[in-house]
Formats: sequence, C-alpha cells, structure tokens
Amino acid sequence: MYNGGKIIAGLIIFIALVTFPFYTNMGKTIEKPADPTAAADELHIGNVPIGQMRAEHMMILDKWRDEVVRGGERFITFDGDQYEKSIQNGCLACHSKQDFCGKCHNFAGVNPYCWNCHYSSEEDQL
Amino acid sequence: MGMIFSLVAVIFLAAIAFMGAKLNLFGLFGVAIPYLAVLVFIAGFIRKVIKWGQSPVPFHIPTTCGQQKSLPWIKQSKLDNPSTTLGIIGRMALEVLLFRSLFRNLKTHRTDGGPVYGSNKWLWLGGLAFHVTFFVVFIRHLRFFTEPVPAWVNTLDVVDGFVQVGVPHMLITGVVLLAAATYLLLRRIFNPQVKYISLPADYFPLFLIIGIAVSGILMRYFIKVDIIKVKELTMGLATFKTTVPDGIGGIFFIHLFLISVLFAYFPFSKLMHLGGVFMSPTRNLANNSREVRHINPWNPKVKLHTYEEYEDEFREVMKSEGLPVEKE
Repeated sequence: MYNGGKIIAGLIIFIALVTFPFYTNMGKTIEKPADPTAAADELHIGNVPIGQMRAEHMMILDKWRDEVVRGGERFITFDGDQYEKSIQNGCLACHSKQDFCGKCHNFAGVNPYCWNCHYSSEEDQL
Repeated sequence: MGMIFSLVAVIFLAAIAFMGAKLNLFGLFGVAIPYLAVLVFIAGFIRKVIKWGQSPVPFHIPTTCGQQKSLPWIKQSKLDNPSTTLGIIGRMALEVLLFRSLFRNLKTHRTDGGPVYGSNKWLWLGGLAFHVTFFVVFIRHLRFFTEPVPAWVNTLDVVDGFVQVGVPHMLITGVVLLAAATYLLLRRIFNPQVKYISLPADYFPLFLIIGIAVSGILMRYFIKVDIIKVKELTMGLATFKTTVPDGIGGIFFIHLFLISVLFAYFPFSKLMHLGGVFMSPTRNLANNSREVRHINPWNPKVKLHTYEEYEDEFREVMKSEGLPVEKE
C-alpha cells in the first residue's frame, strides 16, 4: 500500500467515530422508563384516549394554549368536573414534572420549551 | 429510465419494510438487518479504502488554481497551489468543509458574440446545504444511541429547533435536508445536460435519502411512533442486548430499513466520496514536483550501465585508440 501510515490512521479515526455508540455503551444495561400503568384506551381530560395523549400530548397542549390565550376558554369539562387548561394549575396538579414529564423526555432526548416560562413548584424555580 | 427504476426500487424497499412490520418480523427488520448493514458498511468501507491505497499514482497530478511556488518575490497562492503538507491540509479542509472547488462552478451561455461565462453557485449552495444538514441530522440521532443523552446532543436539538415552530419543535436541518435533496433531484430532472449523464446510481441514493428524510419527518410530526420503545430498540442494538419491543409502528421500520439499505449500499456506490475525497491525488498532492521527484511506482527496473562501468569495460581499448579516459 502507498502512504499506508496515513491511510490506516485515517481509517482508524473513521471507524472510531462510526462505532462511537458501541464502545461508549459497552457493558451497560439500559433502564427504560417504567411502563405507564394506565390503559391506552382509558379516557383522559378532553375525552382523549390516554394512548393518543401519550403520542400527541404536545399538540393537544399547544391547541389548549391557543384556546386559552386567544379564545379565553380557560376551562375544560371532563366527566362532570371542570379542569383548568394550564400546565402549572392543571397538569402539574396531578403529574410530577420530574417523574412524569421528565422521565420520558430525558430518556428520549426531547427538549420541550414549556419550562422556559412555566413554573414547577417541585423545583421552586422559574 | 434510470430515474423511474430508482424510484420504483426505493418504493419497493419501503414496501418490503412495511410488509415486514405488518408480519411482525421485528427481529429481522429491527435487529438482524441493521447489524448486517453496519457490518457491510464498515467492512466494505475498509476494503474499498485499502484497495484505493494499493493503487499506484503514476504521475504527480495536483490540480492547481493559482500561482505556484516560484521565486521569492513572486507571491505564491498557498491554498490554491499548495507546496507543503500544511497547505494541503488547509486546501483539503476548505474543500471538505466548504466545497471550495464547487464554488468556482461556472455556467456558459451562448451569445452571438461568443460564449459568456457566468457565476453559478446553486449547485454549491444546494450541495453544501444537503451535506451539512445531513451531518447534523446524523449527529442529532445520537440521542437514540446514548443514555444518558450527552448535554451537547440536547443543545444541538435546542439550537436546531430554535425557531420554535409548532410542537414537537420543527428542526431546521430536517426541512433544509429534504429541500436540498429535492433540489439536487430536480436539477437532475430539469437540467438537460445533467439529465443526460445521470444514471440509476445517481438517482437511487437521492430517492433513498429523500425516502429516509420523508419517513423521519412523518414520524416526528405526523404519524407518531412510540419513541420510548424506539429508543429501547436502538439502545438494545448499541449495547448488544437486543430487544424487540412490540407496537412501535410500521413507519419506523420503513425508516430503519431504508437507512440500513443506505449503509449497506454505501461502500459500493458513489457515496464512497466520503473516503475518496481524501484519497484524490489531484487534491492531496503538494505541487512540489520541482523540489521532490515523484517516482512512478509502475516504473520497471531498468538495468543501468553507467559511464564508469562503460569505461571499466572498454578502458584498455579506449586507451589504445588514444581516447581520453577519466580513470587511468
């Protein structure tokens, strides 16, 4: 081979970059977030099945935000009760930011910008 | 013809993956084929580069685009006509990162007064946009192959989505990648000269990459898949503790299968310019042929008979004939 040293060095660097996920995870056992307990066909606030909520909650929250901010429709009735369409006073009343939202978001590397504005009493910071 | 063939081939591949997912062949399409594809990619890449490394370079053939190194009072164009290794590295870096030679692309117009040459940067812009965004998209996917996800991968995602359009936030690179790949395809279709020289090997990777981009974009914004299960699968691949979770969704297997095809196809296609650009003698040789002699490795061994040997052989005869000799 001509210029063998340079070519082999380049190849080694290339292989090292490409196989990065394999050697950095060597021997690890990955704990995925615990499976959610609620059944996928159970209805959640807004009469949305929980399965759909899991997949599309970000779009539903976005829609609710528009309804609140632009339409002034602050409340939603579900199963006879009134719920506020709000992250702080609604979602976080039952769900925990870190254990509920964060669990999957962190695992999947999702970076929602909800928390740029919204307050979570759990962390006591904006 | 080549275009239709390539399009049909990619649609056929997507259909295979979709059928596979429908038939619950998750182990085959989620584990076996991706592993095989990565293996073929790495082994094929090495084989090709070694093969190129074994090819001799008979002539010293750097392409030069500026004043070569000459007398001290003549200014050398150090990047366009490098004579040192450092210059080569600079030139190669600009070529690989900014496609400098493509920036010189010209378009010729016929006029009554003769040809007119005008600047034509569209191919440079489209090509650069395509490569840069594909690279960023590739790096962004590390979120599926690392746990915990490194902060810089998350930062890349935030920066990429900083226009904050819609939810999940629109990633600029995904959109630009699809637009640029589409431009590169349309260029092959609507530019008659380019169309004339386009082969299935040109259309196929484009359709394949467009297919990958479309399936990825669909999955992110429109046809949702269970991303936690996707990461479970990908982390299983990365840790060699494979799992095949149920119910991810067919579109994911289309995406994964098209990527597997891209990986496996890579070493046997024009996509090998990834490695080849570094091995191009026109780019990686310094223009120093007046300082350093380039020996053609093909040169046969020539049996030399030097003047000294000649004189040794005929000294007595030469002397007897009165011819001058160097050694007595």
